[in-house]
Amino acid sequence: MSTLHTVNKSPFERSSLASCLAHVAQGDAVLLIEDGVTGARRGSSFAEALHAKSPVCAIYILAPDLAARGMKAEDVIEGAKFVDYGGFVDLVAEKTRVVAWL
Amino acid sequence: MSEQPSKKKFLYINRKAPYGTIYALESLEVVLIGAAFEQEVSLAFLDDGVFQLMEGQDTTGVGMKNFSKTYRALGDYEVRKFYVEKESLAERGLSVENLMPVTYEDEDDDYAEKPSIILVDRAEMAKVIAANDVILSF
Repeated sequence: MSTLHTVNKSPFERSSLASCLAHVAQGDAVLLIEDGVTGARRGSSFAEALHAKSPVCAIYILAPDLAARGMKAEDVIEGAKFVDYGGFVDLVAEKTRVVAWL
Repeated sequence: MSEQPSKKKFLYINRKAPYGTIYALESLEVVLIGAAFEQEVSLAFLDDGVFQLMEGQDTTGVGMKNFSKTYRALGDYEVRKFYVEKESLAERGLSVENLMPVTYEDEDDDYAEKPSIILVDRAEMAKVIAANDVILSF
């Protein structure tokens, strides 16, 4: 009965990621897509907040969006999992509901 | 007609202030559509979304339609739950007194007028989200 949360905006521009992390429940998943992937950058000011949530919910990153922005797997926080578009669909199918944090 | 098995609980999450973008108005339109299809509809207002419920909105100067009165009509469409997040109000220097009164008539209680606005904290809002089947974000 858990929720998939998607964040598609940069946390440096909008409060979407902060708001998302404030509303996740145990067992949920957070998927960073589009400009949302920038928040997962290692050493960024949101990396710690994201990492702190990892015991509560899994953090996923849409790999094509990360690659498009010139970042590699080793550039993001430890413990993040990577999915492609098929993996995105699997997450949607696996969870009970999806909340899009715009 | 008996209750349809396809009836679902819809939650509309509103996180944007009105007028600056089209989100708030579009959300209202979709809420009305959902209500017309006899789904169970409730609304959540968090972050800048709480500004949608401000009392005394006056759009004459900006030349846009003031759609704030529509929220007060939603009770007639059986949209009776407006979850408003306490922390979002406080962060913006607002309290529930700054919001317009939204009520509905309870047909099970001699049509008594009851408040639609339900103040919840962040943890409660997370539970509200988890209690719904379909989430639409605006």
